[in-house]
Amino acid sequence: MNPADLHYDKEHEWVRVEGETAVIGISDFAQDQLGEVVYVDLPSVGDELVFGDTFGEIESVKSVSELFAPVSGTVVEVNDDLDAAPESINSDAYGAGWMVKVTLSDPSQLDGLMSADEYESFIANEA
Amino acid sequence: MTEALSRTPLYEEHLALGARMVPFAGFEMPVQYAGIIDEHKAVRASAGVFDVCHMAEFRVFGFEAFDALQRLVTNDLHKIDELGKAVYTVMCDEAGGIIDDLIVYHTGDLEYLIIANASNRAVDAEWIAGHLPAEVEFVDESERTGLIALQGPEAVRIITELSGEEPPARFHIAEARLDDSISVLLARTGYTGEDGVEIVCSAADAATVWRLLLSYSEVTPCGLGARDTLRLEMGYPLHGTDMDRSIDPISAGLSWVVSMKKGEFIGRDVLAAIKEAGPERKLVGLTVSEGVPRHGYPVLHDGVEVGTVASGTFSPTLEHGIATAYVPAALAEPGTRLEITARRKNVSATVVRPPFVAHTSLSA
Repeated sequence: MNPADLHYDKEHEWVRVEGETAVIGISDFAQDQLGEVVYVDLPSVGDELVFGDTFGEIESVKSVSELFAPVSGTVVEVNDDLDAAPESINSDAYGAGWMVKVTLSDPSQLDGLMSADEYESFIANEA
Repeated sequence: MTEALSRTPLYEEHLALGARMVPFAGFEMPVQYAGIIDEHKAVRASAGVFDVCHMAEFRVFGFEAFDALQRLVTNDLHKIDELGKAVYTVMCDEAGGIIDDLIVYHTGDLEYLIIANASNRAVDAEWIAGHLPAEVEFVDESERTGLIALQGPEAVRIITELSGEEPPARFHIAEARLDDSISVLLARTGYTGEDGVEIVCSAADAATVWRLLLSYSEVTPCGLGARDTLRLEMGYPLHGTDMDRSIDPISAGLSWVVSMKKGEFIGRDVLAAIKEAGPERKLVGLTVSEGVPRHGYPVLHDGVEVGTVASGTFSPTLEHGIATAYVPAALAEPGTRLEITARRKNVSATVVRPPFVAHTSLSA
């Protein structure tokens, strides 16, 4: 379920490292808890993500949640498809539901994130 | 988080269907099964079934029942003089504040059934019983009564098959038997904007009725989430969100349920004065340019806060955010441009006259 090659944080974001850049999204557990996503507010290319700070918002029919940056970095690409198809986050949280791509400003921050196994234990305790 | 939550007679059914349960009005209720948007669309396109057993049912009867109830509610109960008729109304205190909104059904000679909000059951019961003369009987039947709503363009066909006869006309109630065995009352009322019925049965029969309805593949189980999006698309106010004891029905857009001609009733003098002068604030509909408005978000005009969002949601039919809000009467005209502060940013909002969604099986 949760891909083994990703890093996860306690706010349920995931990070996929691709060379110098990192792709960020939310976990399958998070999308399931939220319910149908109807709107995502994401930063723009060039914006800075700061580890632990909010970088956007995600809205389902019932609730609104903040997105927290799992790593620091500069946004180089934003998934604009989510404007028209935010439900991709529900149907494909680790694929088409990706949110932003950043250049990592401090790759050592990845060491503080969880592996898929650790994340699964984490959500088992949280549920 | 101290009081134990109640369960409706359908609790086990919800678990078996994989519902997500949430606390609501003192009950553990299903907020969704497969998903709010799919459930919502099923009701608009076909039929959905809702557990509304948590709602309150009161029976009032006796020689003076009509006159006593006529004093308690704002609408004119002469509209339901005929046996089997139903009327939507509010019940106000002396200051004109809305204690609750109700449907009153004329179910028998000198006998009325009142269906009220679950969250107001205790307050309503005390208020109603406390204002009835001794010779009028009041019975709170909520616990022994099941209530299941079947709503959508296919609802009437399905209930006709199950009961062997056409259900009563809109805003009427009648006895029926489902599947030749279960005695129920069928009320042609609802809270979705679609045609359909609300089925009053004994709590003991509720699970059987529920399963009968779900034996039709066209029927989708629907939770409180879809119930809220459906009712808000129609602009139906929700007590506790769009109105409460601090708000009068004139300001809430419910003048049409306040009859000044019927004679004395509780709150009449205050409401007559508000009607005469015009309300200072009005509940309006708002559509927004982006995002989803939520209860409590500030509403601005020219940068100045003029009100707050009462109800807000994402409309699955329109695919954008919709809301209700109290704003000064001068800003209540359709087309007025306002703004809503959605957490960190302002989004533009336009005043519209509900319903947000006009064409349903009720309006067809």
